[in-house]
Amino acid sequence: MAEKTCELFEAGHRACGGCGAALAARLVTKAAGTDTIVVSSTGCMEVFSTPYPETAWKVPWIHSLFENAAAVASGIEASLKKQGRSEKVVIMAGDGATFDIGMISISGAFERGHDFTYVCYDNEAYMNTGIQRSGATPYDASTTTSPAGSCSMGNKRPKKDMPQILAAHGAPYVATASIAYPADLLQKIERAIKTKGPCYIQLHAPCCTGWGFEGEQTIAVAKLAIETGLWVNYEMVDGKITKVKKVVRKPVEEYLKTQKRFRHLFKPKRQDAEIALIQAIADKNAEKYGIDIKLKKE
Amino acid sequence: MALAIGCRARPGKARDNRTGSWRVFRPIYDDAKCSRCGMCRTICPEGCITEDAEGRFVPDYAYCKGCGLCAAECPKDAIEMKQEEK
Amino acid sequence: MMQMLEGSLAVAEAVKMSRPQVVSAYPITPQTHIVEALAEMVANCELDAEYITVENELSALSACVGASAAGSRTYSATTSQGLMLMAEVVFNAAGMRLPIIMSIANRAMGAPLSIWNDMQDSISLRDAGWLQFYAEDNQEATDLHYLAYKVAEDHTIQLPAFVCFDGFILSHTYEPVDMLTQEEVDRFLPKFTPYQRLDAADPISFGMYATPEYYPEFRYEMDKALRRSRDLIAKAGKEFGTLFGRDYSALVEGYRLDDAETAIVTMGSLGGTVKDAIDEMRAEGKRVGQLKIRVYRPFPAEEIAKILSHVKCVVVLDKNISLGSKGAVGLEVRDALYGSGIPVRNVVLGLGGRDVRKRNIREIVTQTEKGVGELFYGLRTEVL
Repeated sequence: MAEKTCELFEAGHRACGGCGAALAARLVTKAAGTDTIVVSSTGCMEVFSTPYPETAWKVPWIHSLFENAAAVASGIEASLKKQGRSEKVVIMAGDGATFDIGMISISGAFERGHDFTYVCYDNEAYMNTGIQRSGATPYDASTTTSPAGSCSMGNKRPKKDMPQILAAHGAPYVATASIAYPADLLQKIERAIKTKGPCYIQLHAPCCTGWGFEGEQTIAVAKLAIETGLWVNYEMVDGKITKVKKVVRKPVEEYLKTQKRFRHLFKPKRQDAEIALIQAIADKNAEKYGIDIKLKKE
Repeated sequence: MALAIGCRARPGKARDNRTGSWRVFRPIYDDAKCSRCGMCRTICPEGCITEDAEGRFVPDYAYCKGCGLCAAECPKDAIEMKQEEK
Repeated sequence: MMQMLEGSLAVAEAVKMSRPQVVSAYPITPQTHIVEALAEMVANCELDAEYITVENELSALSACVGASAAGSRTYSATTSQGLMLMAEVVFNAAGMRLPIIMSIANRAMGAPLSIWNDMQDSISLRDAGWLQFYAEDNQEATDLHYLAYKVAEDHTIQLPAFVCFDGFILSHTYEPVDMLTQEEVDRFLPKFTPYQRLDAADPISFGMYATPEYYPEFRYEMDKALRRSRDLIAKAGKEFGTLFGRDYSALVEGYRLDDAETAIVTMGSLGGTVKDAIDEMRAEGKRVGQLKIRVYRPFPAEEIAKILSHVKCVVVLDKNISLGSKGAVGLEVRDALYGSGIPVRNVVLGLGGRDVRKRNIREIVTQTEKGVGELFYGLRTEVL
């Protein structure tokens, strides 16, 4: 039986105070247990957890490159199979490594059907190199390569729908989760690990430094993403949505206002048209996933 | 001393880096308000909060970075962030 | 047992008998016959390995990195464009000290696109920290795989290795090859015992990052291991000779060199053509000999300086060009002979599959004796 009481991601790591990714690493390893091999891509988590000779990982862990975690995991899984070993393979990669540079290797590995769980800790930009936009950066977010300016409202494109892409590969289990709901996350990780084949979990993990809010607000901000409908927690089994977290929705500006990356939508003047476009993204999510709790009064 | 081949290491050394020195605000627990729910332990990004024999949750100040997440998320407002005195 | 085999099939047989546990490769001309043959062996249960059909070369070698770290003997094969696509992983695998063996069916680099042979691909990755073996014929191409596994996996080395042989010229040519039996290979090549592996029972972090306080020492350790592999190659090569009659203990090999005045330095299949040309020139009274480099990394500078100490002049044939400079082997041979006063001429030839014949070799020797001739040999006259 996997040991689940002790910390498998140790204190002493060099993440910022209030780091969502560090909490993600802790919770994912806790759910996965000791009988796990973790594969990391290059990125913030890899760097803050393993400056030689200090490793925060108490499970076997490997980092090779930025774009190849899924291929490295494929090799590990094949090797374990050949040796008749029981360890589970869990990938922990950022959104840049997942949505952008690692896309080919992920597609190949999911198509081949290796037995692993791929966790994308999604902080919606390249944080390690200094907050550049990725395919996971939301609409209008200001990053260092999609800065808001006199003729720019920040990132011009909405998030890529990665879970849908991997479900289309035939992944038996795909889920989204948030560090703001640890119990739900732990259950999803356990389920993914138990499910044979390539499973994908996209984990919303706010970055206080990159998004521009105080470290104590990490969970509050993550919760607001869910409560406004800009992030939806759901499960997909064999490509069909089976479970969705429902909410009494708040207006998106309650989420946007908490972060400096959206400050240009409110200062120097309020950008009502842009806020309405972001509200429309949330409304579309609500309709697509059916997240709205209908109050009796209405 | 020879280096570990291939830049590898066994666990244990991370704890040499005592991140408590980063702290500006220190979480102080009000035992009377605490409901023992354990939320602070669950969401601590350092994983440095443990439960003692009496069921109280205790942060390890050697590693606590003072981020204040525990105080912000405590459902009973039982944790207060107090400025460190140097 | 002597068999008439295509180079690729002979290599595939040798790989099979080396018992890799995970094979991961992507098809590319002229390597394809090897990976097709291995897939067939797996399909027919002749090879008990996991065969991963990856989506590109970068993932081919990445999967080997994972499998090797998890504790399996691994194998891949590629060439040219494929090797360059995996270049980042090539450096990475060496730095992570994983003893992966990869066959390189040497091919030119585009553009212009060329599927034909030269050595620009593997030579361009000479600095990556892999051992590099070069085969003259299909016999060597097969035997060097056993040697590569044995040396690379030694716990004092822990570095990956290329086994290079000329695309088409060897990979697609039928030659008589003395194939070892499985029992013989097993006698020479022990079961794979990883130095360390990813293992829940003993968790280790692989591939951490190094700050400036540590990084240079990791490079130093790699360099030391690569240099150390010289002795291991000598030992294993000698053992191979004792067991099977073909001694690979020398990193370089001389042919009619003892009383030679002019030495021709070669790598790969060119060696055979040069030997024939030397026999002709010898019959005419010319004192010409050959030095063949079988191991390019680690570079056998001392061996070269010693074996060439008596010659009057050296000509190095390079099937590659460091554009804007010279042929890579020529530069290093000149460095090895620095201070000896022996003049070294560098000739770049055979690029992109251009045929090199005996008469070309004879002409190059004549030019060298007269002190004429350019870096590039045998170009179409309209560019001159």
